[in-house]
Parts: sequence; structure tokens; C-alpha cells
Amino acid sequence: MQVPLSAYLILSAFLFLVGVVGVATRRNALIIFMCIELMLNAVNLTFLAFARFLNSMNGQIVVFFVMVVAAAEVAVGLAIIIAIYRNRETMDVADLNLLKW
Amino acid sequence: MIEALVIILIKIAVVMGLLLLAVAYMTWLERKVIADIQVRIGPDRVGPFGLLQPIADGIKLMLKEDLIPAHVDRVIYLLAPSLSIIPALIAFSVIPFGSSTTLFGLLAHPVTLRITDIDVGILFVFGVSSLGVYGIVLAGWASNNKYSLLGGLRSSAQMISYELSMGLSVVGVVLLAGSLSLVDIVGAQQGTFWLLGILPIPNWFVFWQPLGFLLFFTCALAETNRAPFDLPEAETELVAGFHTEYSSMKFAMFFMAEYANMITASAVATTLFLGGWLGPVAPSPVWFLGKVFVLLFVFIWFRATLPRFRYDQLMYFGWKRLLPLALLNVGVTAVSAALWG
Amino acid sequence: MEIALFAGFALVAAVAAVLVVIQRHAVYSALYLVIAMVALAGIYVLLEGYFIWIIQIIVYAGAIMVLFLFVIMLLDIPQEDVLWARRDWGQIVAAAALSLVLLVEMVLAVGRGALRGAQAAPASAQDFGTTLTVGRMLFTDYLFPFEITSVILLVAMVGALVLAKRQFK
Repeated sequence: MQVPLSAYLILSAFLFLVGVVGVATRRNALIIFMCIELMLNAVNLTFLAFARFLNSMNGQIVVFFVMVVAAAEVAVGLAIIIAIYRNRETMDVADLNLLKW
Repeated sequence: MIEALVIILIKIAVVMGLLLLAVAYMTWLERKVIADIQVRIGPDRVGPFGLLQPIADGIKLMLKEDLIPAHVDRVIYLLAPSLSIIPALIAFSVIPFGSSTTLFGLLAHPVTLRITDIDVGILFVFGVSSLGVYGIVLAGWASNNKYSLLGGLRSSAQMISYELSMGLSVVGVVLLAGSLSLVDIVGAQQGTFWLLGILPIPNWFVFWQPLGFLLFFTCALAETNRAPFDLPEAETELVAGFHTEYSSMKFAMFFMAEYANMITASAVATTLFLGGWLGPVAPSPVWFLGKVFVLLFVFIWFRATLPRFRYDQLMYFGWKRLLPLALLNVGVTAVSAALWG
Repeated sequence: MEIALFAGFALVAAVAAVLVVIQRHAVYSALYLVIAMVALAGIYVLLEGYFIWIIQIIVYAGAIMVLFLFVIMLLDIPQEDVLWARRDWGQIVAAAALSLVLLVEMVLAVGRGALRGAQAAPASAQDFGTTLTVGRMLFTDYLFPFEITSVILLVAMVGALVLAKRQFK
């Protein structure tokens, strides 16, 4: 008996949901960023599951590109967070409200 | 199925046991060789030629008082030394020590002298060594001490900088061997080629990729925090770097981790460049151990001879000298492989 | 055997992911995320991603999370209180509503698909998911995106340097 596709999709949806809840409830910019990475991983899992069950290699290539883009995004995002911290001494996203009307 | 599982478990036990024994006796070897280079004798009181010295050191370290400073992060403080040594040991699970053997006819089927072989062998070694950075970073942070933190961050920044050139220096080898599997890479180094038509030279990649070998060895020195790249843990810098607050067994584990990393790096360099277990006449594990021993001797020789790099010189060297050289090596290898096959 | 492995890795990944979100201190969150990523790499092996799993460990667990840890350790950030202790009712309501909507959507989508998705996976080619296949596809069908990603990485490197530098000389 093999593992059915729905099992992989349920795990992936759960991880994505946990990531969304994390982004919505946490105030620390770094932890929000980590939850975004969790969501990206969940999406990677979905792509790979479908690649396997539809017998198509395109899913794996997309996962490769997602990983590359995630690496680039983390580098730039962390640099932004460091720059914000240096200017405003806070990493709390609730304090970054200068543009609020 | 059960028989295969039992064989693998026995292999793991033998390899890990021998590895830990080798790590312990590396300390003895290093002290003896450095003493010899410095025209003195080294340990020779405890047992013949000082051979029981590692045992004496182990007992001493175990009996020392195990201090845990007041405000450290307990869980991570206790976890960090293990995180340092485990990746070095895990990397040995894909390294081939020899061809198959039947233990002088004791076994029914010949058993291959490696724990396993995966098709992305060399990438596995790199992945596991990049996980080894965590032990150092977490040790520096958990010690609740500014100097430890800075030492840990400097050491790990050095490690990840040189990981890049190390990976690139291996690309030439992979191009020539046509596979990422370590067993295939050793297999591609079989045979000999004739220099100037008269001199037989083994087909090892060190002759085809001399720059790659030098780059890999230099990066391995930096990866394992060995001299001349050992500023982050030198005794006169930042107190003692990331392992300032550690005592007794945990401190011993950091040292064991460094020697285990050295042995792993030498074993990987042997497999990639020096033809692994290939060699005439003598049984293959003997050749493998001999080559690893030669590389370990060179590690110790460097430590006894060369002065230390300053940290900014070290980073400059890694990023602005080694990385372009590695890229050049990849380019030249790729072009020649395309033109002459 | 495959089911036991999948169950084990999935449990570790799910528990680690939940722990990422509810930790108070950022370093623990980062470490649990590393555990989740390594567990996911194990699942990738089960899905015949024979190249992707090691890339996941090298890139995500070995490089990206180390970068996260560096930033967390360099910027000494204070611990954060849990959501319900903060009494920020607006955010609690919004988060609960969003989670509920997504949960309902997830149950509907997977439930409807589960009835059709219960058949076994088709037999795959001999070299499905190997490095050779991935490399071949990257250099033939996906050559243009491949070259673009190298530009993306260059831009990211320059951008990160520019943003994090203290001042311009």
C-alpha cells in the first residue's frame, strides 16, 4: 500500500496553514519571515507531490527555482530588517507605522 | 533483508568505533609530530612512546569539574558540542574504504567496504558539513558571553565563506568523473596513463586537477579551523573563542569534533583526488588508510610551520583569491573536457 | 515501510512547524524550523526527489537558516509575549477569521480531491528525479529561467550588501 496523494496534500496544507497563522499572529519581523519560509516549503512539497503523481519532471524544476528565489529573498529581506533595526531600534512590526494615516 | 540490515549495523559500529579511536590517537600523533618538528620529544612518559597519553587525557577530562555558568541557555549549551561532532561522523557513511572483501574467506558473500553509496555522495558530504556550522554558532551564543558570541560568529563566517570555494573546487572532479557518487569517482580514477610515453602514472585526479586539489586542501584547512586559519580559536584571541565557557567532557567533545572534521576532510580529499582505495598489491583498506595518514600528516605539518592569518586577511584570501581561482579551474576544466573529452 | 517513514517524517515536520510559531524566543523558532526542513527533505526522498532533497538540506537548512541565526544573534531581540497575553483584540479576531477561512477552504479542497486521489502513483521512469534528469531539463527546456536565476542571485547579493552597509564611502 502506497502513501496516497491526499496525505501529502494534507500535510502541505497544514504546514501552509501554520505559516499563515504565524504571519498573522506574531509581531516580531524575523519570526514572520520564518513563517513565510515555512509557507514556501509547504508549496514545495505540493509541487513535488504532484510531480510524482502526474509523472512529470516539471514540478521538480519549479521547486528548484523556488528554492533559488527563496534564498535570494531571504538575503535581501534580512538586510532590510537589519537596516530597519539600525534606524528605529525595533523589530516589532507594530512600531513601523510612520505611513499610517 | 535482515541479513543486510545486520551487516550494515556491524559496518556502522566498526567504522564509528575506529573513527573515535582514530580521533583520540590523532591527539597523540599531533603532539609527537609537532614535537619532532620543534626538535623535542613530546609525550613519552605514559606507556611506550607515550601511546597511553590519549587515555590519560581522556580520564583527566572526564574527572574534571563540569562547570555550567549561571545564565547560559541550558538546552542549547548542552546540545552544541554534540551538534559539532555528529556531522563529521555522519559524513563517513558515504566514503568508500575499499573494494569488496570476504575477510580472508570467512564470509559467504563478499561485502563492500563502505557503509552505503548514494547517487549524490559528494553533495551529501557538503550538506552535512554545512550543518556542522550550527554547533559552533550555537555554542558561541549559548555561553552568554560577548567574546564567545563574537568568536563563534567569526568562526562560522569563516567556515561558510570557504565552503563556497570548496564546493567549486570539486566541480572539476565531478566533470571528469561524470558522476556525483563517491564510488563512481573512485572508479573513474582507475588505470594509469603514460607520461611522455615512458612513465606510468596512476590516473588519480590530483594529476589532472592539481589546482583543484590545492584549493580543496586549503579550504579544508579553513573549514576545520586549523592553522594557519585558526584565529577564531587561538588561545590568545578573544579569550578562547566559542568554547571559552566549556569545561571537561563538553570541551573534550569540541576538540574531538575538530579532529574528526580533519579526518573526514582528509578522507574526502583522498577519495576525490588521491584515488581512494586504489593501489597495487596491498589490500585496499591499507592504501586508503595510508593516503589519509599522509594528508593528516600534512595538516599537522602546516600547523607546526605556518604563522596565523589575521581574520580580515583570511576573509580577503577566501573571497578575493580562492573563489576566482576556483571559478577559473571550473572554466578551464569544462572547456578542456568539451574539447578533448 | 514507506507509510511508516512518511508518517514519521510528517509528524516531525508538523510538530516542528507548530513549535516554530508558538515559541517566545526567536532562536528556538529558527532551530525548530531547521528540524522541519530536514524532515521535509526526508519526505522529498519518498517523492523520488533524489536531487531536490540534498539541495533542500544544503540551501535551506545549511545556508538560509544559518543566515537567520546570524541575524538573530547579532541583533539582540527581546522575547515576545504570546498572542492572548497581549490583549490586542483586533489582531486576535483577524487572525482567527483568516485561519478559519483557510481551514474551511483546505478541508473542502482536500476532501473533494481525496476521493479521486486515492489511486496509486503511476510507475515512473528509471531516472525520474535524478541529478541527470534535472540537469538535462535545466539546460534544455528551462535554460532561460536558469540564466535569469543567476541574475536574480547577483541582484540579491548586491542588494543585500547595499542595504546592510553602514554608510557609503
